[in-house]
Amino acid sequence: MSETKDIITMAHGSGGQASHELMSRVFGKYFHNEILDALEDAAVLDMEAGKLAYSTDSFVVTPLFFKGGNIGKLCIAGTVNDLLMMGAEPKYLTCGFIIEEGFPIEDLDRIAATMAEEAAKAGVLIAAGDTKVVDGQGGLYINTSGIGIIPEGRAARAANMKTGDKIILSGNLGDHQACIYSARMGIENEIRSDCGVLKDITDALYGAGITPHTMRDVTRGGLGTILNELCKAAGCGMRIEESQIPVDEKVAGLAGILGLDPLYMANEGKMIAVVAEEDADKALEAMRQTEHGKHAMVIGTVTEDANVQLVTGLGGVRVLDVLYGEGLPRIC
Amino acid sequence: MCIAIPGKVVEVDGMRARVDYSGNQVTVNTGLVEPKVGQYVLVHAGCAIEVMEKDKAEELIELFADIEELGA
Amino acid sequence: MNEQLARIVSYLKDYDGPEIRLMEVCGTHTAAIFKGAIRSLISPKIHLISGPGCPVCVTPAAFIDKCVEYAHMDGHVLYSFGDMLKVPGTAGSLSDHKGQGAHVEVVYSPFEVLEKAAAQPEVTHVVAAVGFETTAPIYGLMIREMQEKDIHNVRLVTAIKTILPALTWICDSQPEIDGFICPGHVCVIIGSDPFLPLAEKYKKPFVVAGFEPEHLLVTIYDLVCQIEAGEHNVGNHYKNAVHAAGNRKALDVLEEYYEPGAAVWRGLGSIPDSGLYISEKYQEYDGGSFGLDQDIELPPACRCADVITGRINPADCPMFASGSCTPTSPYGPCMVSAEGACGIWYRNR
Repeated sequence: MSETKDIITMAHGSGGQASHELMSRVFGKYFHNEILDALEDAAVLDMEAGKLAYSTDSFVVTPLFFKGGNIGKLCIAGTVNDLLMMGAEPKYLTCGFIIEEGFPIEDLDRIAATMAEEAAKAGVLIAAGDTKVVDGQGGLYINTSGIGIIPEGRAARAANMKTGDKIILSGNLGDHQACIYSARMGIENEIRSDCGVLKDITDALYGAGITPHTMRDVTRGGLGTILNELCKAAGCGMRIEESQIPVDEKVAGLAGILGLDPLYMANEGKMIAVVAEEDADKALEAMRQTEHGKHAMVIGTVTEDANVQLVTGLGGVRVLDVLYGEGLPRIC
Repeated sequence: MCIAIPGKVVEVDGMRARVDYSGNQVTVNTGLVEPKVGQYVLVHAGCAIEVMEKDKAEELIELFADIEELGA
Repeated sequence: MNEQLARIVSYLKDYDGPEIRLMEVCGTHTAAIFKGAIRSLISPKIHLISGPGCPVCVTPAAFIDKCVEYAHMDGHVLYSFGDMLKVPGTAGSLSDHKGQGAHVEVVYSPFEVLEKAAAQPEVTHVVAAVGFETTAPIYGLMIREMQEKDIHNVRLVTAIKTILPALTWICDSQPEIDGFICPGHVCVIIGSDPFLPLAEKYKKPFVVAGFEPEHLLVTIYDLVCQIEAGEHNVGNHYKNAVHAAGNRKALDVLEEYYEPGAAVWRGLGSIPDSGLYISEKYQEYDGGSFGLDQDIELPPACRCADVITGRINPADCPMFASGSCTPTSPYGPCMVSAEGACGIWYRNR
């Protein structure tokens, strides 16, 4: 092997020998399957007829490594979860890397290893990939896209929500954003990102004979934003009990310091499931048996109102709107 | 017009103190107070502005006692 | 709910006497009232009005312009709290200029700037020092530390205001306000005693509240009872943090490092002795704060001035009501600032 610099250089993106070296040294180590190993221009997939769910997302988080995960875990879980939320069985992912020159190969190795691990947990194959190297200061951006098959009768959509349905939140709000902000601002704590694949929850629900009407993962903009988006799409309202919303004490503490509201903080491993009223107890129990859903709570009900209403601990009622602005840490 | 939140003093070092907010530790300036380890301080913009004699639960009890005095 | 609290909530909900108008002068109280859904728990005859409680909203554009000027200067960096970033000056906000390459950085605490100043002695570090009495002592402590550590490359451009002159102005110009919810954290510094002369002169009750819904409800109850009984006392329902005489050390810092002077409040005009300026002795740390009075002309239909003084609620402003002024495309400063009444009302409508 020629003198190895342990960083990514433009040569690695040029398609020549350095690129091949990178492929075998890093990607080939972790991403193996019949489809990839064929080294064709595109993946040819043999899929059952029926409805497919198809999603894409790009990941630009910094720092790349944080308590509870890294950008690799995020980029797999994020797209897999989007498919799961539609009621789909995730099957195949693609991943595209844009790497800035100077990126340490050792870090790329760790990230690829995490991606392979997470993909295996989700039962998905990485069917296609691409790498580009650009000028920069050692940053990394990843795009993933995914396909899943929606079994008959399982499609989950906002429009399926009915008045009286119960809304179940899978666990504590704000963990991911709290973890990232803590890392960026040097605030010491034990907060871990909640990023992860939510297949254990969806499998548990289906296993208990429950087909949720609607599911949504609680990502950027937080719970407040996605509840509003769902209501807007479905033309319904919601009534949410503030006292039932779970927030980890450490995250609440951090949010207090930075002037943030957990209702609007991003998560990467939380979801809501909207189920028929008669299924709520069984759904809650099923979710609580899982790793990702152990703190699940029934937080509210679908209504005929035109908005999302929040009932406070003292019985006051206020309207919960979407997040405006960036939710920058404030002091005042 | 000011966000300030109470945290627990875990360490004092000259003009600085280490304050814990439910597991989050931050260093704050103590030029305006004289805190002891174990006390709660109210912190605004990285500076402790007052020592809180009571914790939140005790504070509410005092508040409800206020209501009695108001003759409710 | 606690039994006593339930009793007063019931009383406030059932209140059916003459209309009562209570004013708070603290953006954090404005937000806390919404967060606790307080209005939904009390009678519609008890009106909670937002007064000039946002130091960012009442600061004329000249201040932002000065900060922008520094941000574009070679060898200078401008530090600001997040709240200030999007407030418009004459030619754009700090955020706009940051996007164009100006040296603007957000800080959470002013003390961070001292660390940077020590690490980069060749750069002049300028702080956009905004706030009320809660934040003012902190800048004073900064100056003390700079003297102790021999740091000479920091400048403060100040827009610090004190609340009592503004309250006096409100009492003079808005006699229809029946009582005041005093700003909890300002009172940590100045105490509750300074409100005694106001209560006596205007025969109105002034009561300090904390920021939890319980604090606010007890305070509102206290004010309503006093108004019904024709009383005008100063009360304190944030005793855990607020002492009658305030924080002596903090008041000493204000005394040592500042001098009062006239300041322009957008919507109220120039009020004598309502601003704090770095005193003569410490002028070397000042970045040219005096006389930053020029303001942008507010757009014709903008009613920020009336919102700031509590003459109207944000919902009564035609720009707000018609959806022309929103947080994502604001028309006036009250909608821009995270602590402005319009921004808070909009997010809770």
